[in-house]
Amino acid sequence: MANSIKIRARMKGNSCEVKSLIKHKMETGLRKDKKTGKVIPAHFIQEVNCEHNGSTVMSADWGTAISTNPYLAFSFSGAKKGDTIKLSWADNMGESDSAEAQIK
Amino acid sequence: MNMKRRVFLKGTLASSAVAVAVGAGLLSPRQVLAAWPKSAFEAKSVSDALKNMYDSDLAPASDAIKLDAPDIAENGAVVPVTVETSLKNVESITIISEKNQTPLVASFNMTPKTEGYVSTRIKMGQTSNVIAVVKADGKLHSARKEVKVTIGGCGG
Repeated sequence: MANSIKIRARMKGNSCEVKSLIKHKMETGLRKDKKTGKVIPAHFIQEVNCEHNGSTVMSADWGTAISTNPYLAFSFSGAKKGDTIKLSWADNMGESDSAEAQIK
Repeated sequence: MNMKRRVFLKGTLASSAVAVAVGAGLLSPRQVLAAWPKSAFEAKSVSDALKNMYDSDLAPASDAIKLDAPDIAENGAVVPVTVETSLKNVESITIISEKNQTPLVASFNMTPKTEGYVSTRIKMGQTSNVIAVVKADGKLHSARKEVKVTIGGCGG
């Protein structure tokens, strides 16, 4: 699951806006497979964590109702250009991924 | 004779590699997921979800929260939602879709550095209120907006 995350962080005045797209199917566990009629098991991201220079600035708990290929944006203060921002996720099937970016 | 020995070695190597992979796969995620509020995400009503999340379902409406969502969502599988608040000391922002099977959509935990702004895309099963609950200074505040959904995004 490498490179499932696109992350971009940009300074806007004093605050840093982080935008991210994650590639994940976010299966709800309610859909049925049209061919077999069996319920497709839930497979979704549960935890998202964002770190700025190694300390957490935002962590999120997600349910199944976040859209497929989730989009996430938030902002925080106390950052400067060139700092490192790291985003990681973990899903209910034990998969996880993380990505880093420099703040622009 | 020699051939059999090769096959035997290959077999044992392969199975031990699988065992190691399974072991590693099982160890890491459990620790990460320890804090995930399962009961809140499985709750079937808005008040149960809030009680599981915050020990209270009282979240008075507040003008300090701006909830941005479309009036009509043609596709319930992708409904953009943005929550902005001018409240100070925001601890968390929770997004709820009232009539989803499990109403709790997501909860964002903030730190003192984080600003009161979060934007994401959610799934909605049918036309209902989207509710944003903001916890700031230990108190709950909320804002709601009705979104009309023409095609549901949960199940099918």
